[in-house]
Amino acid sequence: MSASSIPLLEIRALKVEFPSRRGVLVAAQDVNLTLEGGEILGVVGESGAGKSTIANAVMGLIEPPGRMADGQILLRGERIDALPKERMRRIRGRRIGMIFQDPLTSLDPLQTVEQQLVETMLTHLDISEREAKARAVELLEQVGIPDPEHRVKNYPHQFSGGMRQRVVIALAICCEPEVLLADEPTTALDVSIQAQILDLLRRLVRERGMGMIIITHDMGVIAEITDRVAVMYRSRVVEEGPTEKILTNPDHPYSRSLIAAVPPPDRRIDRFPLVEYIEKAGTQKKALDLSTHWLGQARDFGDSGGPLLEIENLTMRFLVRPSLIPSRRKWMTAVDNVSLEIREGEVFGLVGESGSGKSTVARLICGIYTPHAGHIRFAGEELTAMRLRREINRLRRQMQMIFQDPYSSLNPRMKVRDIVAEPIRFHRLAESGAEVRHIVDDLLEHVGLGTAAALRYPHEFSGGQRQRISIARALATRPRFLICDEPTSALDVSIQAQILNLLKDLQEELGLTMLFISHDLPVIRQMCDRVGVMRHGKLLEVAETEALFTRPQHPYTKHLLDLMPRMRHEA
Amino acid sequence: MLLFIARRLAQSVLVMLTVALIAFTLFQYVGDPINNMVDQDTSLAERERIRKQLGLDDPVHVQFWRFVQNAAHGEFGISYRLRKPVAELIAERFPATLELSMISAILALAIGIPMGIYTALNRERWPAKLFMTLSLVGVSLPTFLIGIFLILIFGVQLRWLPTFGRGEVVQLGWWSTGLLTASGLKSLIMPAITLAVFQMTLIVRLVRAEMLEVMRTDYIKFARARGLKERAINFGHALKNTLVPVITIIGLQVGSIIAFAIITESVFQWPGMGLLFVQAISEVDIPVMAAYLMLIALVFVIINLIVDILYVVIDPRLRVQS
Repeated sequence: MSASSIPLLEIRALKVEFPSRRGVLVAAQDVNLTLEGGEILGVVGESGAGKSTIANAVMGLIEPPGRMADGQILLRGERIDALPKERMRRIRGRRIGMIFQDPLTSLDPLQTVEQQLVETMLTHLDISEREAKARAVELLEQVGIPDPEHRVKNYPHQFSGGMRQRVVIALAICCEPEVLLADEPTTALDVSIQAQILDLLRRLVRERGMGMIIITHDMGVIAEITDRVAVMYRSRVVEEGPTEKILTNPDHPYSRSLIAAVPPPDRRIDRFPLVEYIEKAGTQKKALDLSTHWLGQARDFGDSGGPLLEIENLTMRFLVRPSLIPSRRKWMTAVDNVSLEIREGEVFGLVGESGSGKSTVARLICGIYTPHAGHIRFAGEELTAMRLRREINRLRRQMQMIFQDPYSSLNPRMKVRDIVAEPIRFHRLAESGAEVRHIVDDLLEHVGLGTAAALRYPHEFSGGQRQRISIARALATRPRFLICDEPTSALDVSIQAQILNLLKDLQEELGLTMLFISHDLPVIRQMCDRVGVMRHGKLLEVAETEALFTRPQHPYTKHLLDLMPRMRHEA
Repeated sequence: MLLFIARRLAQSVLVMLTVALIAFTLFQYVGDPINNMVDQDTSLAERERIRKQLGLDDPVHVQFWRFVQNAAHGEFGISYRLRKPVAELIAERFPATLELSMISAILALAIGIPMGIYTALNRERWPAKLFMTLSLVGVSLPTFLIGIFLILIFGVQLRWLPTFGRGEVVQLGWWSTGLLTASGLKSLIMPAITLAVFQMTLIVRLVRAEMLEVMRTDYIKFARARGLKERAINFGHALKNTLVPVITIIGLQVGSIIAFAIITESVFQWPGMGLLFVQAISEVDIPVMAAYLMLIALVFVIINLIVDILYVVIDPRLRVQS
């Protein structure tokens, strides 16, 4: 990199503002970045730090009323931020390509992949339709889609998530741009797919000498692929430098705590380290005396002696192609003959990629689905055989679920107080309205939200706070068994640490038994006592957590452990 | 695809049978048909004889089956009021209603959809805001009021357009059309506008809301990021996706244009089925009411079938994968 040459892309003193009724929100300020050809620059930070704003500013696609208030963007030394609309449009897609986070929603569902590729190429390149079609097939081949001649005629919904992201990449590079902006390109994907997509991106950058900016909140991705990193915090770049240096020896305290907060995959720690720089030390949770506290009452469930939850030969199928003729019906087996036991007081982890059937198991246990075959026994009682609503409700009270998406799992029209009170009222766990209110306030206090939260609506809270509401709601029935389905995968790393610590504390205090579902191996390692690995609906291996991580038996488990993104300095 | 259509057809038959049952019960429970046919001084024995002759003493399911068979052949008996076969009455009136409905549907779609697109794409411009305000007026004003206003202004004050009837019609076989004469066309203008206003404003608002929703999606953002032309994004990608949900509503609306032409037809004394139906109600002319009910149900069923097929044509996700 010679200092005298003009950089491929240069961002100078960028400032982006979003005027609103409450005043001007500054999404990015004093951002100075350069990118060379063949280089991968990572931009890392938490949600709301302004990472995506930078990419949108470069593309000239800041959503109004947002605007670029200051600064310059230069492509090969030429200013592009003030270009007229039409000239900027010709740069987009032609000289700067962009990839979005969610491959499932990035493609027009009504057009074939070929139509979308050809349309893009014909817009920018001076080639015939026939040439464009031939190139479309080549491109799909380059991004690693098997059987491209046929697949090019398919619609987006006929591709899996990982394959769709390959299509998105093909679309972004089809006019051979000089710069590629990738906004969280692998966040919505499984670990193994993530590794493949990152490989593909790296290969394309090297082969074509493109410059790439990759925006992510995932330190693992940064370690995996980038040459340099810029750390963003509250709209500013607080630190920038070679990846190796930032990961091993960061200067800024925020970078330091962000890196420390990534759960280490290779050893078990007692508590998740918090991103202290923003969180101002510790949670404000108060200790409680279970002998007198409401949560401690009615916990004498009696000891059944055996395991709390037993699953035997559980099978669940979904109808994928309905037909009048039974032989033509097509079924997808989501859970295939799974048997496992969860002991009282233990945290049992289920790990696997999306579509492996782990969430279906959780839904079968709490009765959202009815299994096709097999038995589920909870505290010695057969759940699958129960018919009486009263009986079922008695056991349901003892098991509660926390869902992945904190945005859609709370009713937006209900106040937090009513959300948390609903299970108490439903199961008639309190004598009077005043008592319900008292319990709700207490629960909210306990999960670290404070009683003032009770009168507000879910949309007033952040993702992490909403997940705390979900936890309070789950605790409201004084459960014995808690099912957590990816409780933190929608959250930032700092928030994740808080929520996981809270769950851990509650589990210890209340002696809860937990089924913890995650695709994130480091998190599983910190949280769980025993782990089961699932793939294609089958349970491949069950082992003590440490044993699983140090001596995996099944080849697929080994494969998963190999794919786990690791910080280079820890390897 | 074939299985899909077959299943939809089976459902349609079920719907038609249910409606037939309702129409049939009209005969059973709204007055005694014999009373409606005979004089005061007909003897009881005579009444019994007619009853037997008409098969009205058969078991209910036999009568219902006969009703369904006759209905399938388009026979609904004789109108009590006009003493003419109902099928003939309907055949006379149906072209008038269908012409009026189709013209207003075309009007509503041809103006509503482009206006919806315009207001969605140029949300901040003043014409868009004006359209939206006007559409609010259109949605809230009752149809008959609009009709009466139009009559007052263009018929009474300015004397440009006739205020009632169809004008001169031309017979094409059994079909009578008003579209081929100047007076027929002139007569059509006001009723068609009156009938179209509500549907049009509804379509404007619907298309606008759906389009705004689509413009926020990732694939539109990605299309922008690929540097596609504004026109290609708006019409190639956004509009097509907007139409998927809009088609259902439009289908139902076209059905209701035909069904609810009643009010407009009364206001303009339009000699269509709606007017026939209103008169039938006031005189308890049950065969006409039953026939009208069945016909409207049939129209809805057919439109829904078309909408379902259109769905599959537009949205590849609904096509069965081979």
